[in-house]
Amino acid sequence: MTTQVAAQDRGDGDPTRAHTGSRATRGLGLVVLAGLVALVLLAFFAAPPDDEQGDAVRLIFIHVPSAILTYVAFFTTAAGSAMWLWKRSSWWDITAHAAAEIGVMFCALTLFTGSIWGRPTWNTYWDWGDVRLVTTLILFLLMVGYLVVRSSGGDDPAVSTRAAIVGLLAAINIPIVNRSVEWWFDRTLHQKASLTDGKLEDLTLFTLVFGLVVGLLFFVWAMIHRFRVGWLEHQARAEDLDEALEARRSEAAAAGSSASGGEA
Amino acid sequence: MTHLGYLLVGWGVWLAALALYGFRVVARGRRLSTRVPADRQRWMTTRDRP
Repeated sequence: MTTQVAAQDRGDGDPTRAHTGSRATRGLGLVVLAGLVALVLLAFFAAPPDDEQGDAVRLIFIHVPSAILTYVAFFTTAAGSAMWLWKRSSWWDITAHAAAEIGVMFCALTLFTGSIWGRPTWNTYWDWGDVRLVTTLILFLLMVGYLVVRSSGGDDPAVSTRAAIVGLLAAINIPIVNRSVEWWFDRTLHQKASLTDGKLEDLTLFTLVFGLVVGLLFFVWAMIHRFRVGWLEHQARAEDLDEALEARRSEAAAAGSSASGGEA
Repeated sequence: MTHLGYLLVGWGVWLAALALYGFRVVARGRRLSTRVPADRQRWMTTRDRP
């Protein structure tokens, strides 16, 4: 009966279906899909090529949004981690974990698309002397470490606390990554801020901002689903624990009754 | 169009990663939803709230 209510609330009309979707996430998912199609069309057919870089500049429309979404995701992890340490609430713990997983994906995509873009523009895929590349790689490795810590202990509060400390330490690196091109301008191949330097043409700037909006919508959609997955994992472990306790109680009760029967 | 190979690899991997992550997280949700009773799926049972 409760399953029927839950299914009807989700609007799918089928009480046997189970998933983490809702009307809102389905609508948001469709908007994201349409946005991605529009982004590809804008990036490849509307935005002009760059005078110096040629068409390689079209990688800016995925590289810069990926980098910004990495910051957004890891700041969310840091906020969730701080709230977990303060409130000890599973809600914040699951939020921090969800954002870290999505952030690691976007950070990997930032490194990959930057490397692909670097080859035609700087004539190299990677430069160990570039301070932004190296600090971004450190950020990526710190957050992979966060996920490794998380994977070691289910719902153990001590594991959540250790992960939260890693999440907060990693967040310290975010402003360093972001400001590195200005603090160490002579030790980077990167240009200064693309969005605010006023050098981008109108349609290029519009497509870049559009890509950022689509990326943010994807982030929200993925966060909602990933949070619900985390919540279900939390509940499934609680359910397993309840069943195990119930089984032990039944065994103890059965052993007690057979022992009293033997005495009689 | 110049640098077409770099563009296809960069954009292709980016779009594929988003799609794969999206499918994977939805599939995990489907699998877990069958294991957890509906009364524990708090965000779906808004009608039960006062």
